Amino acid sequence: MTEVGAAVEAIGIHKSFGPTRALRGVGLALEPGRCLGLVGRNGAGKSTMVSVLSGLVQPDAGEVRFAGRPAPPAGAVHAWRERIATVHQHSMVVPDLTVAENIFLGRLPQRRGPLGWRSVSWRTVNADARRTLDDWGLEIDPGAPCRGLTVEQRQLVEIARAVASGTRCLLLDEPTAALEHDAVARLFSRVKQLVASGVAVLYISHHLEEVFDICDDVAVLRDGALVLSAPTRELTRDQLIGAMVGPVPTREIDATVSRLDLSGAGDVRDAERLLEVRELTATSPRGAVRGVSLHVAAGEQVGVVGLVSSGVITLGRVVAGADRADGGTVLLAGRPLPNGRRDSALRAGVGYIPEDRRAEGFVGPLSIAENTTMTVTDRIARQGRGVLTPRALERAAAPLTTALGVAAASLRQPVDELSGGNQQKVTVARALARDPKLVVAITPTRGVDVASKELLLGALRAAAERGAGVLLATDDLDDIEHCDRVVVLVRGAVAAEYRRAQAPAPPFDRETLIAAIEGLGADPDAADSDAAVSLDPHRKESRA
Amino acid sequence: MSSVSDRDQATSATPPHVGAGSPPDPAPAPPAVTGPPAPHSLAARLLARGAGRNPAAVSWIRQAALLPVLVLVLIVGVSQSSVFFTVNNLVSGVGQQVSALGVTVVGESLILLIGGMDLSLEATYGLAPMVAAWLLVPTLAFGSGARLNPYLGILILLAIGAAVGLANGLMIVKARLNGFIVTLGMTVLLAGVQNGIVHGQGPYELPAAFSYLGSAFVGQVPVSLLVAGAIFVLTGLFLRYHRTGRSIYAIGGNPEAARAAGIKVDRIKIGVYIAGSVLAALGGLMEAGRVSSVTVQQGYQEGIIFTVFAAAVIGGVSLKGGRGSMIGAASGVILLGLVQNIIDLAQVSNYWQLAISGAVILFALVLARVVGGEASAE
Repeated sequence: MTEVGAAVEAIGIHKSFGPTRALRGVGLALEPGRCLGLVGRNGAGKSTMVSVLSGLVQPDAGEVRFAGRPAPPAGAVHAWRERIATVHQHSMVVPDLTVAENIFLGRLPQRRGPLGWRSVSWRTVNADARRTLDDWGLEIDPGAPCRGLTVEQRQLVEIARAVASGTRCLLLDEPTAALEHDAVARLFSRVKQLVASGVAVLYISHHLEEVFDICDDVAVLRDGALVLSAPTRELTRDQLIGAMVGPVPTREIDATVSRLDLSGAGDVRDAERLLEVRELTATSPRGAVRGVSLHVAAGEQVGVVGLVSSGVITLGRVVAGADRADGGTVLLAGRPLPNGRRDSALRAGVGYIPEDRRAEGFVGPLSIAENTTMTVTDRIARQGRGVLTPRALERAAAPLTTALGVAAASLRQPVDELSGGNQQKVTVARALARDPKLVVAITPTRGVDVASKELLLGALRAAAERGAGVLLATDDLDDIEHCDRVVVLVRGAVAAEYRRAQAPAPPFDRETLIAAIEGLGADPDAADSDAAVSLDPHRKESRA
Repeated sequence: MSSVSDRDQATSATPPHVGAGSPPDPAPAPPAVTGPPAPHSLAARLLARGAGRNPAAVSWIRQAALLPVLVLVLIVGVSQSSVFFTVNNLVSGVGQQVSALGVTVVGESLILLIGGMDLSLEATYGLAPMVAAWLLVPTLAFGSGARLNPYLGILILLAIGAAVGLANGLMIVKARLNGFIVTLGMTVLLAGVQNGIVHGQGPYELPAAFSYLGSAFVGQVPVSLLVAGAIFVLTGLFLRYHRTGRSIYAIGGNPEAARAAGIKVDRIKIGVYIAGSVLAALGGLMEAGRVSSVTVQQGYQEGIIFTVFAAAVIGGVSLKGGRGSMIGAASGVILLGLVQNIIDLAQVSNYWQLAISGAVILFALVLARVVGGEASAE
């Protein structure tokens, strides 16, 4: 079976969802032994393309061909999985089954017992799984239940599932969204290994550096159409961004941000220390916090960065009242916040943008208007003893959703139907709707395209300009660009603190930050805020 | 007794929008080039051209999904018996029979909407009126002899409902026990008490004030039907237009998101368990008044919880939480009430009645799924 040409070819794919034209005549070809990057802003049609290429969605027009032959009908899961394997952004392993069983999920090797009964041959399952894992150098115990695995390991199980099925086409849908730096590097070496062995890979990502790092070719979708397709080495980063953003100049985005009007934040500006965290300790599967003290002034943006389990996310959750602390206090404008009470924190003035928008950010079947106003129903309803009308909700939601550029058919549309970036905008709108004194944002731009990222960070900046404090807990260094201070957590404790230099960009030195985050170059003195080191390159030179 | 007024009164138990039927004006259909997606539901597909762009319109269609089935049942009823389509049968008879069930279904629907479940409503439906009646009637009529004031008895009945709901709520919400097993245990406990305090002999000769709700009529309309109808309408309005009602949908749709938005999730959940049990106790009061006694069979031994769940789910209240409406729940109740009435009128052999109602419920579930689409009858 020697094939010539594309392993997978999509020809003239059209797909609409109601009034939304998700794809308009997109053609793509995946060559064996090459990695194709697929990029585009949120709502550009990437997810729909993945669904079409993995056989979950039947295109309205156009066809998919595998090695020159027509694809099976959409929905014929088994037939598709023999041809193409997808590693999703959200893990699709079954947590209570073992690694080996997950690898062979749906096609467990069987043997004939006495009387001709078929039964699962566990010996073969485990042996084959071990062989696959060993072949690819994946150090995972095939007998371990998946529940105990890290996000990275679960992803490897999915990749092992793909290669064990003999698939020569692999679709990676934002695989690095949940990984930390080292894990990303390890994943990339796996992908390069797969490509070198002749597998055709489609790599979907928001991180353009990643595309330049591992993709041989790149295709750009914009508004459902293919606008650029070329070998990566012939492109510059600016060309790629230009193709993604299209004719809309970035200035316009800035204009939208400055129009954000979060009315009436009012009297908080005079509070010197808006948020004060003292000796906070907390245990959590997301990483423990061990005696962290920090403060945020009104109008100040403070970034807290660290590795995935460094306690950064736990700290944010405890301050927002979403998790309980074991010890220490959280004071807002001098008054202690009740421990682990999200509702009290909200009423005290803490807005919260949770880490995982699917889990906590919105109620899928409810409308955009209802989700956006969920934090302010008491205010909207004040006159009428708790009575809310859909119209009042829409009136209250409209200014925020407009300012944040939520793209939807109407405010009555269920949030489930929106793209990931727009869902995140709804989550942010919900947090800002109450004019919070303090905004706790946890990884607010995860899984969001470049332009929306700017818009979301701009919304936080606008909140700070109105006098709110911002606590931005993140693992993405791009997020902290506008922060006034950055606190680095290593293993749950403050390892370093940096103050933003007065000079313009780059405000923080990435390499120093990364070194501190990894627990390498953290100067113990730097933890003392009085001795905060300015990392502005100009300042460094003048000192020398 | 004109047939026109019959129909008006028969539907008076349901919120007014059922009859209205027509969805809010849908936006104009998109140009033919793109075309709407192929919806999975029959009703949605039929109306896709007009309503495809308006999600609110689609949800209206779902809510009215049982309307054609109800019409079908009415036709069958008319063909089976000449007494079927009379005020005397539909309003006075069926109306009184379904009221107690309907009030309990409102309670269960609220609990299902927050993503919970309560099997013990049927036991509360039996125990609450049993304790109250036992405290009211003389020892000769199998009471305790305490002979309390009947109004105090009604207060005690409601208090028992509230106490049971609070106990369930605390165990499920605060102690994080599984709702299925907690309420199953509660069912057996309550039913055992119901039997135990009267040694298996149900009190009778209930005071007039106590049985008024279940037995009195205004003209030909049973008071219980008026009260049940009012409860459906008020609960429906509360769910749609009150912030706590909207919070109930948010909690059922995604409890974590509701919590992150500062909604008092635990408090509302416990409140809903209490409300559900109080409504079940009220339903039990109606039933006791209707038959003017409280039997030890009432509730648990009759196995009404199955009918309660069936009515809610047929009416489109999701067992997964966050989805459903009072209009749907009401049509589920009316449908099951009519079917039972037809079985009675058609003089089906007693031995086969149960099998037939089971079959009808399964049939209605499948039909609700076909008409209402993916999300219904879950």
